[in-house]
Amino acid sequence: MKTLQIALLVIGSVLLQSLLTLLFGGAVFDLVLVAAVIVGLLYGRVAGLLAGAAGGMLQDALSGGILGLSGLGKSLVGYLAGLAGTQFIVTQAMPRGLVFLGATFLNAACFMGLSVLLGLRQYDGPFFEVAVQGFVNAGAGVLLFYALEQAPTLRARWNESLEFRRKRRR
Amino acid sequence: MLRLDPDNRARALLAAVVVGQLLLVSAQVGTHAGPSVLRTAVASTVTGLQEASWFLVGGLRGIFGGYVSLRGVRADNARLMQENRELKAQLQEARASAAGAESMRALLEMRPHLPWRTVGATVIAGSVSPDFRGVTIDRGPADGIRTDMPIVVPAGAVGRVVQATGGAATVQFVTDRSAAAAVRTERSLAEGIALGNGDGTLRFEYLSATADVQTDDLVVTSGLDGVYPVGLAVGRIVGIERAGTSFARVTIKPAVDFSRLDTVLVIVAPAPAQPPAPPAGVAR
Repeated sequence: MKTLQIALLVIGSVLLQSLLTLLFGGAVFDLVLVAAVIVGLLYGRVAGLLAGAAGGMLQDALSGGILGLSGLGKSLVGYLAGLAGTQFIVTQAMPRGLVFLGATFLNAACFMGLSVLLGLRQYDGPFFEVAVQGFVNAGAGVLLFYALEQAPTLRARWNESLEFRRKRRR
Repeated sequence: MLRLDPDNRARALLAAVVVGQLLLVSAQVGTHAGPSVLRTAVASTVTGLQEASWFLVGGLRGIFGGYVSLRGVRADNARLMQENRELKAQLQEARASAAGAESMRALLEMRPHLPWRTVGATVIAGSVSPDFRGVTIDRGPADGIRTDMPIVVPAGAVGRVVQATGGAATVQFVTDRSAAAAVRTERSLAEGIALGNGDGTLRFEYLSATADVQTDDLVVTSGLDGVYPVGLAVGRIVGIERAGTSFARVTIKPAVDFSRLDTVLVIVAPAPAQPPAPPAGVAR
């Protein structure tokens, strides 16, 4: 069940990223990174590591890039998010936002560093661009995290209201 | 047998994943092999899901539109509202068809004038990563689509195919950070390379220090890269910065609006001996 939830989260983030990019004509956020961090925080560092690796590999495979280039940063990010979840209290919106922000910078450093090292891309002062992406990722991540946490409660409430209606009809 | 505690096991797995990916990356750098089995399998599977999700979203938008238009309807005017809803739906449908037909007509008008054999394609998915600027189209190797084939719209060059697997292909925009195209200015024939900046613009590199370039010059493909044919509009020069006698930075604004791509043409075969006159969007 846990594996299925993680797989759904990773594949869902890939599909949502491509859909939103097409709908809005571009995107500054990285939902796959957000998913890797959430998996790390919810299910631990090993799950975060594997989710990051799988998500990054999917991104590389679908964008025709070098396989492993996106996965490397996301694996590290997923692992470190899992570690942060066990070492620090990240139950409030602010600490969680900081984890997403830090994850974006670490992932960007890995991806850009490798890309420049291999001569694949050139970057001309990317700090602002990464910072914007970091804040958008943090916002999206905190909201998604909240939605995932509230999902069981909402489901229980929905079931209760259905049960109440059924009883009233009888 | 070596037994590891959970902490060490996690660290060993991290090391294995990191080293494995570094080896995978280094194995691909510098090779020009076709798509790997892993890439093909992943791309074929997920592209199908992307196409289905785009179709689903289209349906949901229709349902949501219908729901919104029906909110607040009273029971006594249900018939009128039903008629209204039907008319609205017809209008939306007609508008959608008109918009689609408009873009399709532009492509169809352009097609007979093009000196190349082309295949029409529909955009089915956006980019899956903010580091990649491109789209997925619904034509693949079965339709004759191969890697490095140029993609065009009436406004000019969109990009090239970087991956073709199953029934779909991945297109890299000319504005992507790792994209490059051999170009020249239409007015002065100053040659160079247009490189994507990753922010929706391009920069004109390898320009001669004595080159005659001005703001608003049209930049077209020169054909020297062997990917893009000669004369496709790439964009216009919007900024020139000089450092002494040489050019520090020449910025190009792309001719194509990448946020409004729905149908494109893939150039699948080169020009015949005597090409007909091109349309306005394709400068030759």
